[in-house]
Amino acid sequence: MSDNIADLYQSLIMERTKAPHHAGRLSAFDGDAEGDNPMCGDRTHLWIRRAGGKLAAIAHETRGCAITTAASDLMGDAVLGKTEAEIYALADAFESLISTGTAPATPDLADLRALGGVHEYRSRHRCATLPWQALRAALKDQSHG
Amino acid sequence: MSDVLHAPTLDIEKIRADFPILGQLVHNKKLVFLDSAASAQKPRVVIDAMVNAMETQYANVHRGLHWMSERTSDAYEGARDKVAALLNARDRSEIIFTRNATESLNLVAHSFGRTHIKPGQAVLISQMEHHANIVPWHMLRDAHGITLRIARITDAGEIDMDDVEAKLADGNVALLSITHMSNVLGTYTPAARLAALAHRYGAKILLDGSQAVVHRAVDVQALDADFYVFSGHKLYGPSGIGVLWARREILDSMPPFMGGGDMIDRVSYERSTWAKPPFRFEAGTPAILEAIGLGAAIDYVSAIGFDAIAAHERDLTEHGIAVLSAIEGLHILGAAQDRGGVISFTLDGVHAHDVATLLDKQGIAVRAGHHCAEPLMGRLGVDSTARASFALYTTRGEIDALAAGLRRVKQVFG
Repeated sequence: MSDNIADLYQSLIMERTKAPHHAGRLSAFDGDAEGDNPMCGDRTHLWIRRAGGKLAAIAHETRGCAITTAASDLMGDAVLGKTEAEIYALADAFESLISTGTAPATPDLADLRALGGVHEYRSRHRCATLPWQALRAALKDQSHG
Repeated sequence: MSDVLHAPTLDIEKIRADFPILGQLVHNKKLVFLDSAASAQKPRVVIDAMVNAMETQYANVHRGLHWMSERTSDAYEGARDKVAALLNARDRSEIIFTRNATESLNLVAHSFGRTHIKPGQAVLISQMEHHANIVPWHMLRDAHGITLRIARITDAGEIDMDDVEAKLADGNVALLSITHMSNVLGTYTPAARLAALAHRYGAKILLDGSQAVVHRAVDVQALDADFYVFSGHKLYGPSGIGVLWARREILDSMPPFMGGGDMIDRVSYERSTWAKPPFRFEAGTPAILEAIGLGAAIDYVSAIGFDAIAAHERDLTEHGIAVLSAIEGLHILGAAQDRGGVISFTLDGVHAHDVATLLDKQGIAVRAGHHCAEPLMGRLGVDSTARASFALYTTRGEIDALAAGLRRVKQVFG
């Protein structure tokens, strides 16, 4: 039993919630989607742009807790330069990390593992997975041709 | 406050010993439960009443021609008498058992709404309603063609009485449906004045007493109300039991909400005729054990007395506002003159969910989010808040623990 009340809030999470790297909008994009958690009002809006079969740019506007904001931002790091198939594999692995507490060795979740502690907080799972749901929707978004 | 000096006091340690759960540890820390406005903990007498009924005296009600059924019917109907006394209802037949305040509101919207509110007429609510007093009216509007009007609140979180009057003034409002105490801001609404105003313009008034009934004595006759709803689980009773009170003459004029057993006079294959209130509105086997539990909860709070409960909670609320206001970057929502033991707040730079998680790790339970009052959050210009709510078992020490816990939250987010 850790007595550190803040063990969930790893330094990487705190860094990214205070100074996200991917915050903002893309002026040119080919997909966007909103993730919304009606239980708490957390909201993230994602914009993506593809080039050569890979994700070339991503930006998010997130209005929510530290977990949602950091999850959106770390997701940005993780998916840039990846193919859709690679992104879906990452999404599956990350969602498994949150829901079961473990993830397969591949794909490499890298910094996303900083969010692994969320597994212990069932009421917060959605905070971590919300950006990934939005990303799945953005990848399917056909409205920007 | 001079009126507090002479108020009866609670033996808080004795009361806390009545609630077995308060001795539990959470994350290895002593539980500090500050989420009673969502659902209150249960005293031993409520737990025992329900267990005892199951162990010694249980059968279906109103049907069996046998000893067990008769005794259980007596206990169930006895609970109705206790609710009638709690609200000072004119008659026990004015008490309808439902699942919760939400079901009571839906019952009124469905039954009264479709027969007594004409398409084009309006229901007036306020900006600080729980979703339970918004969504049923949206559904009635969409199905039946009523209109919905929203009375403003002031920046202090009080009802804007001028706006209420302005929105009643054309005489086209059939029902003013309004909270008696806000679950977000803690504001008590001036229920008797609102009732007088509604009646002056030909409207009925429904008071959502889900919060208010827990903290103060309620007298529906003195308020001159037409409908009053609340949930048992916030009043130290079990979940699954709620109450609708309405004037008998109104209930007599209302059709059933649901059909089934126990609510009929006669049934043939072709048609049914309805039983009189309250049974007309209690289709099927009711929540027998939960009604018995609610009856025990009412006995419990009545024995303590609402004068003592109200004085204790007033003291807690004043203390809570004082110690929380002293935290830099903390903002309390609402500043109503007349408020109960609910304090919603935001903390600069920390989302309410992170506040709640970090407090939980210290054993402190608060609610975070929009508190089923999303439109109110918009009106107040916030996405979500944390909320500490007090009950008769809450201590000043627990509020101090909250303040200390919040200072640690600030350190983490430093």
